[in-house]
Amino acid sequence: MNNDILLLERVSKHFPVNSLRRGGKFVHAMDEISFSLKRGEVLAIVGESGSGKTTTANVIARIYKQTSGSVTFEGREISKNMSREDELRYHKKVQMIFQDPFGALNPTRTVEGILERPFLIHKIASKRKDVKDRIDEILTQVGLEPPEQFTRKFPHELSGGQRQRVNIARAFAVEPELILADEPTSMLDVSNRMSIMNMMLYLKESHGVSFIYITHDLAGARYMSDRIIVMYAGMIMEIGPAEKIINDSFHPYTKLLKTAAPSPEIGLKRKKLITGGDIPSLIDPPDGCRFHPRCPFASDICSLEMPVMKKIDEDHYVRCFLR
Amino acid sequence: MISMDKYDVTPILQCKKLVAGYKMKSGFVHAVDDVSFDLEKGGFLGIAGESGCGKSTLAFAIMRLLKDNAKIESGEIIFKGRDLARLKDNEMKKIRWVDISMVFQSAMNALNPVLSIGEQLTDAVHAHSEVTQSEAHDKAIEVLKLVDISQDRFNSYPHQLSGGMKQRVMIAMALILNPTLVIMDEPTTALDVVVQRTIIEKIQELRNALGFSVIFITHDLSLLVEISDTLAIMYAGKIVEYGSAEALFNHPLHPYTIGLMNSFPSLTGKISRMGGIEGKPPNLLDPPEGCRFSPRCPQAMSICRKSYPSLENKGENHSVACFLHEGVDKP
Amino acid sequence: MLKDTFSLFIENRKALLGLIILIFFSGVAIFAPIIAPYDPKTNKVDVMKIVNEEIGRTTTIEREQIDELTERRVYTQSITTTYEKVTTKLPLNAKPSNQHLLGTTKAGQDLFSQMVYGTRITLTVGLVTGLFTTFLALSLALAAGYFGGIVDDVISLFTNVFLVIPSLPLMIVIAAYITVKGVIPIVLILGLTSWPWPTRILRSQVVSLKNRDFVKVARNLGERPLYIVFKEILPNMISLVMASFFSSTMAAIMGEATLEFLGLGNVSVVSWGTILYWAQNSGALLSGAWWWFLPPGICIALIGTSFALMNFAIDEISNPKLRKR
Repeated sequence: MNNDILLLERVSKHFPVNSLRRGGKFVHAMDEISFSLKRGEVLAIVGESGSGKTTTANVIARIYKQTSGSVTFEGREISKNMSREDELRYHKKVQMIFQDPFGALNPTRTVEGILERPFLIHKIASKRKDVKDRIDEILTQVGLEPPEQFTRKFPHELSGGQRQRVNIARAFAVEPELILADEPTSMLDVSNRMSIMNMMLYLKESHGVSFIYITHDLAGARYMSDRIIVMYAGMIMEIGPAEKIINDSFHPYTKLLKTAAPSPEIGLKRKKLITGGDIPSLIDPPDGCRFHPRCPFASDICSLEMPVMKKIDEDHYVRCFLR
Repeated sequence: MISMDKYDVTPILQCKKLVAGYKMKSGFVHAVDDVSFDLEKGGFLGIAGESGCGKSTLAFAIMRLLKDNAKIESGEIIFKGRDLARLKDNEMKKIRWVDISMVFQSAMNALNPVLSIGEQLTDAVHAHSEVTQSEAHDKAIEVLKLVDISQDRFNSYPHQLSGGMKQRVMIAMALILNPTLVIMDEPTTALDVVVQRTIIEKIQELRNALGFSVIFITHDLSLLVEISDTLAIMYAGKIVEYGSAEALFNHPLHPYTIGLMNSFPSLTGKISRMGGIEGKPPNLLDPPEGCRFSPRCPQAMSICRKSYPSLENKGENHSVACFLHEGVDKP
Repeated sequence: MLKDTFSLFIENRKALLGLIILIFFSGVAIFAPIIAPYDPKTNKVDVMKIVNEEIGRTTTIEREQIDELTERRVYTQSITTTYEKVTTKLPLNAKPSNQHLLGTTKAGQDLFSQMVYGTRITLTVGLVTGLFTTFLALSLALAAGYFGGIVDDVISLFTNVFLVIPSLPLMIVIAAYITVKGVIPIVLILGLTSWPWPTRILRSQVVSLKNRDFVKVARNLGERPLYIVFKEILPNMISLVMASFFSSTMAAIMGEATLEFLGLGNVSVVSWGTILYWAQNSGALLSGAWWWFLPPGICIALIGTSFALMNFAIDEISNPKLRKR
């Protein structure tokens, strides 16, 4: 437990469908999410749209407050209402990288204007020269060299890859303990993705940062992470070491994800997908396992009761009655 | 239905030295620069490339959908013995959708939100053929069945369908007049991975049943390698490597192809730190001298910056445009 | 960033035309005393000159010898000055001529001078009201849009209620009842009746910006709310605020002309609206004195057009397709 930097216990987040009416319906974006993150670990959260992976990141980053459940960071439980100092301290330690590199940058500010904020807000540097040196340093670390070439530029003058590097620079500038990366490469050109991923891994090593990496790409998750969480329709289906999840998964949904992923090696030997179907609606979901309507192995109990997370192996848990 | 005659080896589409692009204030952008390829009947050609490589312009050029300041400069597009590039507009109209159809990028946004999908399908029929209302209606039902959408969805509106269903409607629309060739421009890019797989399987199923040829354009090289017969890798308006999917996957020759292959982490196999490619594609208004990839190429030689290598055949269905693999006799 | 926007603005032909018209009228307003040949309210011209100056008798009252060289004398002297004053009454209701470029009113006032001086009032009222309305609307929009909750509910409620009330009748009613007549009441009336529309528009923009990723990033970094409002959201609204300002100014100019035409302003202050008021009152239309009612009408239309043109230009500039990528 001492080594855990982050702990989520039964965290749920429900959004009201109609904000004005009381007693209306709710979208169950997250339900009963529980997991821990060790210091220095990279944990990938894999899921398709509607799985709740982005909401999970937003709750950890305090962009949303959870509906129920507890989030514990560095041993202290994070309460819904924090004082300004506590809030600031938390933001210094937990940073987020967003999916859209352009949307995350204020179009009216230069790179310099964007990057000086983290240093100034968290009082890491205050004198002009110190701030400038720090900006140059972090730009170099993310591969935007020489820094002078980039400091005066506006976001629309940068390429997609460069914009994302600025975002990453900003996240690392405060020297955080935990970084949440929400699909950081999915809006980039293919040839840029690898270098961004490698750079994040390198920065993680050199700064000693823990990482939560959110993606829909199972192969990317395998490349980046030590452990993988598989989410579906707002709940965790399986969690375990990366290799196990990829090569020896248990949950039918995890297997479905693997079968569906493009892989040239498997290619022609590929069997047809076991199931199609669509992701269910998250509004007031029915009882039972969320995946059961699409599950080829579903039995009666699957539509009546929700399976709980059970341990099946070292560090490997699954939410399924097949157990 | 078209003939499934396996012994007929005439390609159904032959692109010969096609040049197309956009007229800008500062000059002409050659988005498609001297592109040539063949597509055999019933074949599946994958075109891989990143943003700005010209793949969408190529698709529009073949469909003769380039408008305003975009046009075909030179070259030939031979389809069933006729040069599409030279056809008049009204003649092309007879071919469009009847013989060649297209599934557009972000197809889900191409559906009219205020018309039901049934209406949009019948509209497509009426626009390109002379049939009665009921015949068009029947065709629409038939093609919806082909893509596994039930009849009672005929009157649904696009917003009532999921992303995957909308995509299948677009495919249905492309197939409604039984074309010989379907061009698909990033048809699965915005979809979840499981939905994407079902769409791909459906496309292959339909291809087996109806026998149409496919040009499939995407940046997802790992997907293309799986599903294509032949692959063309495009970079900055040119084809840099071309051949069977197997050949390109097992022995990629061009450094860009190698770099691209190295940009997709593998799901099986060993994990190792992979490379990716530094830099970004060139500005086509002012392309670099010589090989367009030379500024980013880890193996660039001095000749690469001075002249452009031509696409040369290196053996069984595998060509590459690269000085590293030029023949023994230097030009 | 501002420099970029400004140069884009200047390059746009519509904006340039609009700006030229505005600068032209501003110049007329600033240099009015030099440009206008007559005092706008007078109906005569006096030319005075001295015809004769006669020095009369000198009568000594006191004489004193202070010392050998100095003498003190007190004396009276009469001077008779003969003046000639030529009073030319300005012609009444005269057609335009060399002396009177735009003719005269029925009371004999030079219309060109009136138009020139009137520019001052029109522009001042228009711009001041425009500024006031925009400032009010922006403040309310930022508060409602960013803070949401009850602040938003209250502001939006007021905005929606006032939106429904027709502004012109409201303006007329208020103007008819207040006892103080003049320019300042008009500015206030116009400002207080035209704030709802821009408030609503600006508020929507604030809300949409608030949900953009870079605002989430700012909150995630720990930025204070006021900083986010003024340094993250507001700079991205410049085009809309400018467009809002132009619209409000245009509406103010029209509103002011309307109120004064109806006689609800101070009719003794010379502005384009009051010129129209007096023209109407004196039956200029009936008597065919086109030089009386056409110039103010045309000038009001021209100024309105100039702001409309600049507004179109802002629309074009804010269209992201035009931005360099």
